[in-house]
Amino acid sequence: MQRNPQLNANGELQHLLSVEGLPRETLLQILDTAEPFADVTEREVKKVPLLRGKSVFNLFFEPSTRTRTTFEIAAKRLSADVINLNIALSSQTKGESLLDTVANLSAMQADIFVVRHASSGAPYLIARHVKPHEHVINAGDGRHAHPTQGLLDLYTIRHYKKDFSRLTVAIVGDVLHSRVARSLIHGLTTLGAPEVRVIGPQTLLPAGVEALGVRVFHDMRAGLRDCDVVVMLRLQNERMSGALLPSAQEYFMNYGLSAEKLALAKRDAIVMHPGPMNRGVEIDSSVADGPHSVILPQVTFGIAVRMAVMSIVAGN
Amino acid sequence: MKPLPDAEVLLPKLAAEVRPHVTPASAMIGLYTGGAWLAERLHALLPMKDPLGLMDIAFYRDDYAKQGLKHDPKRTKIPFNVEGRDLLLVDDVLYTGRTVRAAMNELFDYGRPRSIALVVLADRGGRQLPICPQYCGAQVEVPEGMRLRLKRDSDGKLRLELERAA
Repeated sequence: MQRNPQLNANGELQHLLSVEGLPRETLLQILDTAEPFADVTEREVKKVPLLRGKSVFNLFFEPSTRTRTTFEIAAKRLSADVINLNIALSSQTKGESLLDTVANLSAMQADIFVVRHASSGAPYLIARHVKPHEHVINAGDGRHAHPTQGLLDLYTIRHYKKDFSRLTVAIVGDVLHSRVARSLIHGLTTLGAPEVRVIGPQTLLPAGVEALGVRVFHDMRAGLRDCDVVVMLRLQNERMSGALLPSAQEYFMNYGLSAEKLALAKRDAIVMHPGPMNRGVEIDSSVADGPHSVILPQVTFGIAVRMAVMSIVAGN
Repeated sequence: MKPLPDAEVLLPKLAAEVRPHVTPASAMIGLYTGGAWLAERLHALLPMKDPLGLMDIAFYRDDYAKQGLKHDPKRTKIPFNVEGRDLLLVDDVLYTGRTVRAAMNELFDYGRPRSIALVVLADRGGRQLPICPQYCGAQVEVPEGMRLRLKRDSDGKLRLELERAA
């Protein structure tokens, strides 16, 4: 039997590469551990000594502000030393140069690599080559996965809705290109959310998405009905130029979240967005800034979740 | 070997020992899990002005590099400002002193108390750090390879118990 590349021989989390394939207990361990870390971020001294003397390398082969910054803050609040590397990707040599880069950083006594890469699977490749005491955390690889975002979404949902067992969650928009959506769908189904819906035009939903255990809606109004949680996905501008979509205005008409459409969801529904938002494209400002929005708390919770992930893997 | 002392008998005696020293600046913090149970009971017996604080020292342990993070860290809740207070730090069993050191490190990240006194139900000796309790229910001898733990029964009664060390 092939071992799960994320777990060590004792079944403990060694690397965080994807929400997919993680047992329910591991997901719950991360969410439970993030709670006391959320308290730390509200204290006078927002720091604990857990990772003192450890080095965290933020290895970003693709630009990111929020994810890189929250990883950096999380590592610093654990008292680790943080080194940020923004590496422009040279496409010809990536396979080889990627491992060379990592080998060099490893020679500088790295303990944790936080990796963002445009190619799906790059963090897996690194995880296969690091030393036993080194840990890899996927900060987004291609269209594949963005596990810490998925986990912080799960944390946010549990924070506001307490448990998953009665929830209807709708994920709306460009599921096809979204690594966030995949991570979240796997997490929700593993933790027992009874109904996960994806809403979007045919062209932005992956073929066979039903196999992930979701209900598919092309009509947003029908899909939003009685939802507890609405997760809006970013519509990447570059999709607009291709044949996938007619125009931003038309997209907003059909799949943008307005106050009027949100009214179809439950009265206490929460609205989430992984950011960065395109106001007026996938979400109206009145909703993004409105009483149902938990978009900014998501960012704050993201720090606690990343602290939990780093302190769990570094201890295993 | 002598039988273990009865925690329910020690408890009122310990409270009586602490009571004369409680001032308006006093506040109590219990360490999860056994210390929190003990502190709940002591807090109810003493004229404390503020609600009880509860602390989990998981993020301050000195054996993280060896043991990793334990599975279910509890949330530290200190519902008062520790600045300038006389803190009663409560734990069930005092052994190496490492938990107390970790607790003091964590406390100082909340502010600067005026004093900290250590209250324990049982002292089993074996200190590895220069730490001693100000209030102690009993000295207990523990055979090698065993652990002394506080248990709470379903009716809320506390009792000391020996178990094989992991």
